[in-house]
Amino acid sequence: MSTHESDSTAAGAAAFQPETRTGRIADYVDQRVGGTNMVREFGRKIFPDHWTFMFGEVALYSFVILIISGIFLTFWFDPSMATVEYEGKYAPMNGMEMSAAYASALDISFDVRGGLFMRQIHHWAALVFVMAMSVHMLRVFFTGAFRKPRELNWVVGCALLILGLGAGFTGYSLPDEVLSGNGLRIIDGIMKALPVVGTYLSFFLFGGEFPGEAVIPRLYVLHILIIPGLILALVVVHLFMVVLHKHTQYPGPGRTERNVVGYPVGPVYAAKAGGFFFIVFGILALIAGTFQINALWNYGPYDPSPVQAGAQPDWYIGPFEGVLRMMPGWIGDIPLEFVIPTPWGGNTVATPVLVPLIPIAVLFAGMFLWPWIEAWISGDKRDHHILDRPRNAPARTAFGTATVTFYCILWGMGANDLIATHFHLSLNDITYWSRVLIFVGPVIAFILTKRICLALQRKDRDTVLHGHEAGVIEMKPHGEFTERHRRPNDYELYTLVAFESPEPSGPVPNAKGKVTRTEKLRARLNRWFYEDRVAPVSRREYLEALEHDHHDGHEDGGLEAREQQQIGSGHH
Amino acid sequence: MGEHGNGDPRDSGAVINAGDGESGQYAVDDPGLPPHRPRLADEDEKTAKRSERQVAVLFLVSIIGTVIFFIGYFVVGHTADLHEVRLQNTLLGLGVAFAMLGIGLGVVHWAKTLMPDHELVEARKPLRTEEQRQEAEQIVGDVLEESGIKRRPLIRNTLIGAAVLAPLPAVVLFRDLDLSEDFGPERMRHTIWDEGVRLVRDPTGTPVRAADLTVGSAMHIVPETLLDITDHGEKLAEKAKSVVLLIRMDPEEIQTVSEGREDWTYEGIIAASKVCTHVGCPVALYERHTHHLLCPCHQSTFDAANEFEVIFGPAGRPLPQLPIAVDDEGYLVARSDFTEPVGPSYWERGNA
Repeated sequence: MSTHESDSTAAGAAAFQPETRTGRIADYVDQRVGGTNMVREFGRKIFPDHWTFMFGEVALYSFVILIISGIFLTFWFDPSMATVEYEGKYAPMNGMEMSAAYASALDISFDVRGGLFMRQIHHWAALVFVMAMSVHMLRVFFTGAFRKPRELNWVVGCALLILGLGAGFTGYSLPDEVLSGNGLRIIDGIMKALPVVGTYLSFFLFGGEFPGEAVIPRLYVLHILIIPGLILALVVVHLFMVVLHKHTQYPGPGRTERNVVGYPVGPVYAAKAGGFFFIVFGILALIAGTFQINALWNYGPYDPSPVQAGAQPDWYIGPFEGVLRMMPGWIGDIPLEFVIPTPWGGNTVATPVLVPLIPIAVLFAGMFLWPWIEAWISGDKRDHHILDRPRNAPARTAFGTATVTFYCILWGMGANDLIATHFHLSLNDITYWSRVLIFVGPVIAFILTKRICLALQRKDRDTVLHGHEAGVIEMKPHGEFTERHRRPNDYELYTLVAFESPEPSGPVPNAKGKVTRTEKLRARLNRWFYEDRVAPVSRREYLEALEHDHHDGHEDGGLEAREQQQIGSGHH
Repeated sequence: MGEHGNGDPRDSGAVINAGDGESGQYAVDDPGLPPHRPRLADEDEKTAKRSERQVAVLFLVSIIGTVIFFIGYFVVGHTADLHEVRLQNTLLGLGVAFAMLGIGLGVVHWAKTLMPDHELVEARKPLRTEEQRQEAEQIVGDVLEESGIKRRPLIRNTLIGAAVLAPLPAVVLFRDLDLSEDFGPERMRHTIWDEGVRLVRDPTGTPVRAADLTVGSAMHIVPETLLDITDHGEKLAEKAKSVVLLIRMDPEEIQTVSEGREDWTYEGIIAASKVCTHVGCPVALYERHTHHLLCPCHQSTFDAANEFEVIFGPAGRPLPQLPIAVDDEGYLVARSDFTEPVGPSYWERGNA
């Protein structure tokens, strides 16, 4: 077998004689790494095209820009908490004692040409990175792209989002000024609240009592090596799985579960996606050149005593900050914090810090588990490559917006002081209301979204059965006014009718013929998920509508002829 | 389409797919891909030429952008003037922006107007066929069989034991992340405040007389002994526990004085730990009319007139109060250390 193979390779090589210099180089490489098959595999690989598929690309490209700008910054940044006397160009701080980390961050801003630009593009790219990941994730959620066989890639995506938050927070803390120092202080306080291990976690992170002299170099290693390394590895896994599964596509004429419709990598897709990298880079450069971010020379070196009013974390930390602000420490005269009496003097349960961690944990756990939760509720174990239009999955869409509402209330609460000062509202009132809103808001969002989805589905049915309003008002001989309707073409019709709308399925007995309690719960959730439904137009309804049109005869002849054909094709 | 269509997905039986647009399933049959609509540039050579020129102009914009970058870098040069730093930053940003957007928009415009815009169809291959799965199962079975791990449980069990234990050193190795001599939570109960330690201003380090504080004013205070600590890290750690906010109010307005705290204040001067009992931010805002202290991080509000009890926000406990007195020379001093741990609550804190 192997002899035969090598023979054939030798024969093939002998037969092909490259004529140009490029050809010779390509052939040399090809014979050693097998470029032929890579080109055959990827050269014309098909990628579906839609503007919503762009967010993942934005995330990837901003990550590349983060690496490029981050590498630049490492050449000058000194991650040390050793005390130095500042001697840089920024006059107001001359001679001031500060950590080497802060001094070098100032040097990057003022003494290294282009350093300020690189710092700013790095920070802006980080904000865009997390934002693009979040929006990409919402796209995947609302279109059902996480369903089988892509559940594991969804999990990789969730892990990437958390790593992105970690990368952001560790980076934010590095310059060692007052703003980020207070951020670390909050992390220290949250850690200490954790039962049993919390205090020690804090000691080990800070190398002793907060703040110590160890935390910046440790965060630095996390920020420039471990977290980006993990992100890079997971990005590779993420993209590998995209290639393995092939991309999902929106429903539409010619698109089925068994094909991929789109543009080939070479040349169109590669040009568009490659060009898009430069566009993302350009836009980030434009922002970094014209909008100041994190002017750290205004804050001063970290000191445990001062703090700024109205200080804000980067946007993606907002919900974590908000949930802490929202939690009451006391209800009336009753403190929520309590001490468990023990022989060794009691252990403190810092409820006001621990309770806010619960919704955050539920949010993240739910995010990771959603593909399995939904598959369990729906009982749908099939492969899905065609995306859902969000309106055609009303319960999922409503659940998604409810979660987004929950997140956004927490996020807004992270800036409650700024909301109070900008809109001249009472800070306390905002906080009181938010405690109500956090429970009521998601419910309202769920109901509203579900109703909107169902209304849109009804509108789709209406369009299929009666056509679009043509904007032409006709007066009948007897004086009645009617609006002419224009039938959509087959391509549009197909998009509007080709979706599944499962009905609730009752509990199914297991192999022993018994309906278990879990199964009953599943059936109840299944009913909640599917009970409100607008069924897609059936073939019979559609044919009846055509028949009706025919009798009314308010369509022009050309369209009618085409519809006759449609009826004909429907009967085979 | 190369290899992509070769496996027949309808034949595999390996995967169940959701609705496939089988004939008769939906109200109308799949009409197939809409016919390709040619663009202007596909049919009109003049339009195509114009697109070509537009792309070239965009690439020229990119070249100009790079030149702008060099102007910003070399002509503005090294500068300490904040305005020039801003100018340089703007020029660098605009230069890179033009350089990148020129290339990006040019390439995308090229792709959209001049490259073929036919959508193509590729078949999805199942990840595996049943036949392949059986083959793989056979291989795994053979590998396990040949290794003998099933037949020799002694090997298997000792291997599991070893594999569980072996990573532990990698965890234990991190024990020395905290190298301090007084390791453990006990150190959190004490600060460097002690009997007779003078209250000094932060950051000047000057001691305070009662007369320096008018009614309604507040002052940031550290212990005088903090100034003697030379090690920067140790100094910050001690300061993080011992910062104090000193306020003076009309003694009449002090509403609550619990038993044992009668001599903790001096003529309406009260000292409280500045470290929030929530998660440790400095409680830095004082409102003289209401005697309220506010933490700007999470808005915990403490009432100075009632021994700093929590009146709003997430804090779980009042701010610890520092007992103060006046020494022979008339300067404010501490009567003792704080009587409870300062700062955020922690598991081992207990009943203080």
